[in-house]
Amino acid sequence: MKKYDAIIIGAGHNGLTNAAYLAKSGLDVLVVEKNDYIGGAAVTREMHDGWFYSSCSYVCSMMRQTIHRDLNLTKHGLVLVPYLGTVVFADNGDTMTSYNSEEAEYNQLRRRSPHDADAMFRFQTDLARYAQLIRKTLLRTPPDPTSFKPRDIRELLWLAKEFWSLGERELYEYIRFFTMSAADFLDDYFEDDLIKAAMASPGVIGTALGVYSPGSAYILLHHVMGDVDGNIGAWGLARGGMGAISNAIAGALQEHGGTIRTGAGVDKILVKNGRATGVVLDNGDELYANIVVSNMDAKRTFTQCMDKNDLPPGIYEKAKNFKIRGSSGKVNIALSGLPKFNNVADNRYINRGGQGFVGSMETMERAYDCWKHGRWSEDPFIESVIPSAWDPTVAPPGQHWMSNFVQYCPPKLADGPWTPEKRDAFGKTVIDKIERYSPGFKDLIVHAEVRTPHEIEAEIGLTEGNIFQGELTIDQLLFNRPFPGYAQYRMPIKNMYMCGSSTHPGGGVSSACGANAAREILMDLKRPNTVPEDDFYDE
Amino acid sequence: MNKPMQVVDPYAGERLKLSPFHERQAALNLRDAWSSWNGYKFADYYYDEEYEYFCVRNSCATYDICPMQKYIISGPDAEAMLDRMVTRDVSKLKQDRVTYVCWCTDEGRLIDDGTIFKLAEDRFLLTCGSPSLAWLRKSAFGYDALTIEDVSDTLAALSFQGPTTCEVLKKMGLDGIENLKPFSIAHFPLAGSNDSPLMVSRTGFTGDLGYELWIAPELALTLWDALYAAGEDYGIQPYGEAATNMARLEAGFIMPGMEFNEALKTIHFEYDQTPFELSLDWLVDFKKPHFNGREALLKAQRKGFNYTLVKLDIDGNKPAEESLLYADRNCEKEIGYVTSAMWSPVVKANIALAMVHSKALKGDIWAEIYYSKELRHHSKIARCVVKKAPFWSPARARVTPPAAF
Repeated sequence: MKKYDAIIIGAGHNGLTNAAYLAKSGLDVLVVEKNDYIGGAAVTREMHDGWFYSSCSYVCSMMRQTIHRDLNLTKHGLVLVPYLGTVVFADNGDTMTSYNSEEAEYNQLRRRSPHDADAMFRFQTDLARYAQLIRKTLLRTPPDPTSFKPRDIRELLWLAKEFWSLGERELYEYIRFFTMSAADFLDDYFEDDLIKAAMASPGVIGTALGVYSPGSAYILLHHVMGDVDGNIGAWGLARGGMGAISNAIAGALQEHGGTIRTGAGVDKILVKNGRATGVVLDNGDELYANIVVSNMDAKRTFTQCMDKNDLPPGIYEKAKNFKIRGSSGKVNIALSGLPKFNNVADNRYINRGGQGFVGSMETMERAYDCWKHGRWSEDPFIESVIPSAWDPTVAPPGQHWMSNFVQYCPPKLADGPWTPEKRDAFGKTVIDKIERYSPGFKDLIVHAEVRTPHEIEAEIGLTEGNIFQGELTIDQLLFNRPFPGYAQYRMPIKNMYMCGSSTHPGGGVSSACGANAAREILMDLKRPNTVPEDDFYDE
Repeated sequence: MNKPMQVVDPYAGERLKLSPFHERQAALNLRDAWSSWNGYKFADYYYDEEYEYFCVRNSCATYDICPMQKYIISGPDAEAMLDRMVTRDVSKLKQDRVTYVCWCTDEGRLIDDGTIFKLAEDRFLLTCGSPSLAWLRKSAFGYDALTIEDVSDTLAALSFQGPTTCEVLKKMGLDGIENLKPFSIAHFPLAGSNDSPLMVSRTGFTGDLGYELWIAPELALTLWDALYAAGEDYGIQPYGEAATNMARLEAGFIMPGMEFNEALKTIHFEYDQTPFELSLDWLVDFKKPHFNGREALLKAQRKGFNYTLVKLDIDGNKPAEESLLYADRNCEKEIGYVTSAMWSPVVKANIALAMVHSKALKGDIWAEIYYSKELRHHSKIARCVVKKAPFWSPARARVTPPAAF
């Protein structure tokens, strides 16, 4: 009877990263994946002849450069290309472009508000200061604040020192920042509504919060603290789609001797005498291992894949109440040409960036109201990118693929379960909105794939279709993620670990959760650490 | 009656020349980032250097090489003369092929590097970075049956680099371009012409799939328009010196003024380099008869050489620009210096070319890196690892026909 050193459940990018580092240290690892393809939510699929959709996640900024370099992901086919220029659209048809030159950006903001153009410098500086601090924690295991272990005390002191180095005033600001709403945070800088709406939109992406909800300021930061080659706040596309990231990590895993089994969903995690001993697959096969690592979200792991009686009291309840609310949908559209938008110059650079259909602060909040009432937004916030304008490999030449991330879209509807008809009606809402800003858009559509939280959960396994594997609010961050006392990747059952975005540092294609978990596992197994330390531009 | 005032620019002689492609390039140079090269107005970048660099690595991009120096050497003695001038065996070069060469002083010190195109049995095109007519004349001493013509201003050229280039040229109607092998030359009609005024070589300075397009200046804009029309759906973009410098460093290519100091412009004794020091030993062919610098190079080969140019992979992400190299972490024993350094966005590595004492190559190498943070200067010591292969060398650059991008 074969016994692996480790079985990792779920071939998403974090599971693959975790497995790659365990394999690199010489362990015999197996990744089991329920789908017939790997990647989880970092996946590229040919959904229409010649069109390759990044069906779920679509841009990348948090990917730890250190891991990219250390696992030699370029050799395994990964090229990350930064993209420039996003246009935001106001309800009244106004547009605002982000330019990549500071001067052009300043002139553009001045046209809307000379005050805000000046304030932008302070805003960017403050944001960079906050981002710098939190970036340093990404590839570190959060300390347990109640522990007296030397390592936890050392890490707590390090964290305290980092916070204190902000200076007294900024320290207060920073603490406020964690609990503020994006709107309140932005009010301190800006007066123009479209500028505020544009800046607030990252504060709600992937989250069942509105721009006026406390906690949305941190989520804003979570979306701007990444970088591409040291350009903090920049976003990139993976050449070949987001699946190129997962495929490259899988390449590194295989190079180190690890194996992947697709079409192998896990029914139960086997526990014997308080120790994880393996998994039972959906087809009934039992696979054994010394340790089991779940890359599934915390709620799915404990409430669906474990026997309640195997768990210590309280954990099941914690998992059941883990805040993992789906809020977003995705409409992937194949287009026969590059769409043109009203009030946007016919400019080869800005026409190829992203589009943010933000409307106004009011519109963003009203969109959230619909979610609260169990309806998809009638006038949704849409964040779009046309990756094919940058990446020649994802659509036929001259034709395009447009990724549309949509908020809000609830996992459960007030008027009964999701049906294909409701899904298509949601898609129509999105397409109708884009058409308003881009007359003739509908005529360009060759194929569209509409994904509500229902589809995302069914396919990827993310509970409620929450893209972060659990919301990024302070009650579920750092040493609280996923649960207080279990933030160091070790789970209440011996020999069982978690490595997905439900753990620190949370959602986003970063590979950090998987790598951090691997470091802890190797420490427990008393094997040499293979996980690199993060390096920074702004040391 | 007043005569219309004639506008004469009294400084015309001092202004930079404009390349035949200038009109189109100026329209796209949104940042007015101009510098100069060999008397031509020349773009550092057009929009964003990193964007342009990524066009070279991800789609396709054009680089104006009109300012490059170009000479036609023709006549029965042309081959013999070039063979005596350069260190490589030119007699082995077949027609419609290109070869990379360098040439040295009698002391075996590198004057310049460049490429030789064999256009016909007795007709060669030599290209190089710096004006070289004087040295060519000197090198022709004793050969009467040849002419040297400076065609720098009368032959326009555009380097066209990146993974989608072959597709774009195919779309432009260049029949059979996919069968052109690296370092080969072919001629094509342009915009439906009956003749073949467009010369294409599968050459470049980026280490990626790419071509160089050679055309008479009066047809330069016709070429540009045809190329940009075909390239529109394939991400075409002009790139400047900044992106070129990034791409060539990843490919491990040397640059005059960076890796080597041209011998004819070197004041200090042996501050110039031999081809051996630049790891260009594969360019030196002692099997052929006399060539310029042969004796000195034979001696240098026997004696060994002080420095060796190496590729370094450096810890951390601070580019080791102008760093000194040491054999120890405490920086007590100096063993060399970095010539070019950058963060490589495609490889995600901190890379450099460096001259290292040949004897120190086997030991540790540490770089003392200077960087500044909000006006305050800092330094750090980082470990360096010598790399044999180029940092970036995709298969598509070598394969014929190149695989679809």
